[in-house]
Amino acid sequence: MLQLEHIRKTFPGVVALDEVSFDIATGEIHTLLGENGAGKSTLMNVLTGFYAPDCGSIRLDGQAVRFTSPRDSLTLGVGMVHQHFMLVPAHSVLENIMVALQGVPLLFPRRQLREKIAQTIEEFGLDLDLDTPVWKLSIGAQQWIELIKLLMRNCRLLILDEPTAVLTPQETEKLFKVLFKLKQQGKSVIFISHKMREVMEISDRVTILKKGRSITTLERGNFTQNQLATLMIGNDSIPEWQKSLPFSNELVLEIENLSVRNDRGLADIDNFNLQLKKGEILGIAGIAGNGQKALAEALTGLTRVDSGRVLAAGKDITRSCARSSYIAGIAHIPEDRKAVGIAPDLSLDENLILKNFRAPRFRHGIFQSRSAIRRNAEEKIDQFAIKAGPKGSPVRLLSGGNIQKVIIARELSEQPTVLVALYPTRGLDIGSAEYVHKVIAEGAGNGMSTILISEDLDELYKISDRIAVIFRGQLIGYVDPATASREQIGLMMSGEASK
Amino acid sequence: MLEILLDATVRAGTPILFATLGAIINERAGIINLGIEGLMLIGALSGFAATFVSGNLLLGVAAAFAAAFAAGSIHALVCVQLRGNQIVSGLALTMFGVGCTALFGRSMVGQTIDGFERHAIPLLSQLPVIGKAFFNQDWLIYFSFLLVFKIWFFFYRTRWGLELRTIGENPAAADACGIPVNLYRFLAIACGSGFVGIGGAYLSLASTPMWIENMSAGRGWIAVALVIFAGWSSVRALFGAYLFGGITAMQLRFQAMGTTISAHILQMLPYIFTIVVLVVSTLRLQKGASQQPGNLGQPYDREDRK
Amino acid sequence: MSLQFRVEKREQGSALFRALATTASVFTALFVAGFLLLAAGVDPAAAYLEILREALGSSYGLSETLVKATPLIITGLAVSIAFRMQIWNIGAEGQIYMGACGATWVALFSGLDTPLMLPAMFGAAFIAGGLWASVAALLRARWQVNEVIVTLLMNYIAILLTDYLVYGPWKNPDGFNFPLTAQFADAARFSEYFNTRLHSGFFLALFCALALYLLMERTIWGYQIKAIGSNPGAARYAGMRTGLAIFLVLTLSGAIAGIAGFSEVAGLQHRLQHGISPGYGYTAIIIAWLARRSALGVVIVSLLMGVLLVGGDSLQLSWQLPVAFAYAFQGLILFFLLASDFFINFRLRRLKETADA
Repeated sequence: MLQLEHIRKTFPGVVALDEVSFDIATGEIHTLLGENGAGKSTLMNVLTGFYAPDCGSIRLDGQAVRFTSPRDSLTLGVGMVHQHFMLVPAHSVLENIMVALQGVPLLFPRRQLREKIAQTIEEFGLDLDLDTPVWKLSIGAQQWIELIKLLMRNCRLLILDEPTAVLTPQETEKLFKVLFKLKQQGKSVIFISHKMREVMEISDRVTILKKGRSITTLERGNFTQNQLATLMIGNDSIPEWQKSLPFSNELVLEIENLSVRNDRGLADIDNFNLQLKKGEILGIAGIAGNGQKALAEALTGLTRVDSGRVLAAGKDITRSCARSSYIAGIAHIPEDRKAVGIAPDLSLDENLILKNFRAPRFRHGIFQSRSAIRRNAEEKIDQFAIKAGPKGSPVRLLSGGNIQKVIIARELSEQPTVLVALYPTRGLDIGSAEYVHKVIAEGAGNGMSTILISEDLDELYKISDRIAVIFRGQLIGYVDPATASREQIGLMMSGEASK
Repeated sequence: MLEILLDATVRAGTPILFATLGAIINERAGIINLGIEGLMLIGALSGFAATFVSGNLLLGVAAAFAAAFAAGSIHALVCVQLRGNQIVSGLALTMFGVGCTALFGRSMVGQTIDGFERHAIPLLSQLPVIGKAFFNQDWLIYFSFLLVFKIWFFFYRTRWGLELRTIGENPAAADACGIPVNLYRFLAIACGSGFVGIGGAYLSLASTPMWIENMSAGRGWIAVALVIFAGWSSVRALFGAYLFGGITAMQLRFQAMGTTISAHILQMLPYIFTIVVLVVSTLRLQKGASQQPGNLGQPYDREDRK
Repeated sequence: MSLQFRVEKREQGSALFRALATTASVFTALFVAGFLLLAAGVDPAAAYLEILREALGSSYGLSETLVKATPLIITGLAVSIAFRMQIWNIGAEGQIYMGACGATWVALFSGLDTPLMLPAMFGAAFIAGGLWASVAALLRARWQVNEVIVTLLMNYIAILLTDYLVYGPWKNPDGFNFPLTAQFADAARFSEYFNTRLHSGFFLALFCALALYLLMERTIWGYQIKAIGSNPGAARYAGMRTGLAIFLVLTLSGAIAGIAGFSEVAGLQHRLQHGISPGYGYTAIIIAWLARRSALGVVIVSLLMGVLLVGGDSLQLSWQLPVAFAYAFQGLILFFLLASDFFINFRLRRLKETADA
């Protein structure tokens, strides 16, 4: 039905896609498998007209087509559920769906549309009030709205970009049922994931992307989980590192009945309790949007705590600002690197001292000591293998992996006792991700405790000493990664079972 | 007494009302337009000049709309197509408007025309207290009532309105639905600017039928502040504009009554009041659900996403 | 086969390219403004020649250019320091007026004498401008009230307040009812040089430029301002008190603009009167934008703007052009600058015809 040939797409300084070819048949569920940063989303954005490819061709039913805008691809029946939802949070469910419909007259036949939309929602067995503003809904429900938008437009090809990242295992099952039904109706689905189990369950064919290239396409029955994993990761040498030494029982951080409300007055963190021991890597598992970000921000003093206490080495640090928390020894690798991790227009040197620019060694009185700042940068560039650009150029020109290294170098430079890492490997290539794991593990060896918040169970299994599960802002329980099954954690993540 | 005051309120509030409505259309599409002051002047001069030459008031209003539409298109081009900084572009538009109207208005200074006259609406104008103030006015004022309703209807009852609101909130979402974001934004800025121009024309065709250099005297800025007060709603813009009309009317009334307070001090009142209103409405905005378009002030670049 | 173009982000362009683009935009603005002049019945070539001759053709013209550049440098610096933090001080105009009022108050009513008088006037102007801006600064820092609108509306209030003073309580009793204050005593006047109107204010402006350069580029405060301007989220996360910094920087910006008012009354007017600033505060916004963040850039651009203003004044006399015409020109420069930014940050790439490959 659809063929992509030799697609190439570059962004300034990066080749995101290089000679990618693949095709999809009618009534097929085709999985795109690849590491973060392999180019899956970029490729799909080319297919939906968001990105213009530098070269390459797209054929639909044998006809050469060109998608110069999302409008073009929509009219040809290609629709996508993006990872960042294309919804208007302030608008109601009804408005969000209505705006996506095709061929609606200028004046809305509101009643008719309403009925039609309500009907479709019912077909999926969803419980959605049409007049609720979207921001009030769970992320899972928002994703359903995205899907309904596409179905009501009668798309022949549906692209789902990591849809299961925001779903519980149970909701995932429901999604899969819907996808199978669509397949029977003769629709095609491109499914993007890096979770092997799901890929095995649902795919008719799998195409593997790696570093912007399509490696191979395999038919169902011709692949096993291990094969896929090897293909996906390829021959990247994985650095060896020692998993941390057994940690002591000394408590470095205690969270007692912590509650944090967001600006809409809802509780992001609700009576949360947690204990962190010295030298421990404590993984926190949970589906995205269950309070992880609020937890990290409360711990690092960025968000106001509504009630409860945070104790660092027995000292109450609940009500101090970010600076004094830092002095109390908490470092933070934030989720959104570009938004809070760096000052993009400042140079690498300047970014490396963002948190400790007041330290006496970086200044003479009120004047900054340029030589000391430069020396510090040289040290860090060397130590953390940062690929620095030309001297003095803004740090935003560095790649994502290098920016992450800059943040880590800065955060770890003052020997913190606690590191709060929020999705620290998201969007990094495998080498950089390994590097982050290594740094965390080494830190643990030196007595640093880490709270590693991640939605990637593999990552958590790999380096955590214990895993705590968070659901709707509450601690569901702790599990030992050595003994607990994924199913058990999955159930806990959906709030279905406690330990 | 109250009737006279109310009447003066409506007449003083109308130019600000048009300007606020135009600014709301801009901001609903996600574009900040700080060129309102300049657009009012452009509207005022071109409206006056067209009427002066043709003798036709309607032609004057059309010219005001067209000239402001054209000037607004510069802002649109810079902000939408060229992704320039909206604040700087808006300021440039204001400067451009002030300067150009001063340059081209030289020959119009001191000329006079017959401005809009009152037309009483039968029955309605007989209503006690509000009848005279609201229904014994000129056609432009009746048009402003209609416009308030039409804009509300457009945003909440038509597909284009919903699409435009979606663009202002999340242009990527609109793009994903196949809506031509840049085209809509361009048209919203240009048309919104056109209505601002009519607000300017009200000054030179109805309030005082003549051209005076810089005759908008900060009303455009008051309109920019009123958008926030109105919570981006055309109906509330009506109340906001009349609130200011009221302050202006009272201040003029005070002066006419021969108070000992300096005229300069009295003239400050609308500006001070605007700041107070701006603070109050900003505070309210932060407390409750924000009605501010989510993507206000951001240029849209399809390929530039996280 | 149709030609299709696609807009693409560019990696950082070279400094040379930036400088060229900026210069080109100024010349394009001049070119387009020529058509406006033509439409208004003025020969643009003759007008531009006259500008150059008046502003640069004689030592008197040169000195006048420096005189005009003086308030522009100071206010340009004031606006640009706020810019560094992504704060828009559109109220420099009003702050100039308030600075002038503060200085005048000291000059007329303090009774101080030579060694103390000028410093006291400086202090009063600094405080008056700062206080004026602090209203917007407080509202912005504490409640996120839009500083563009507040600073701008405060301009109207400041100008009305000045008018109130010169028409009312501060009016010179022996001034035949003109809206002017009495002339300042000699102690309240800057020295003048070379038998021209060039006064110490110019050197004060250069000193301000040097001081602000050091502040921004060398001190930890400047570092914080830059960090907050680049990314407030990251700055807050790094423990900087962004609210306080916004308050202080916008207040400082107003205080510096106040110095310009002091320089105008002490160096040039020697009294307070209606319309002491013909829009320097607005021109300063363009200067700050054109200078692209550098203090040296502010000085250079201000000198160029000085040329335009001196030339514009003479056009006003010889062609009866309104003073406000300069605004139209400045607006055009800004538009073309924004357009040139586009070509610096993006490039148009022709799409290859690949579908039939």
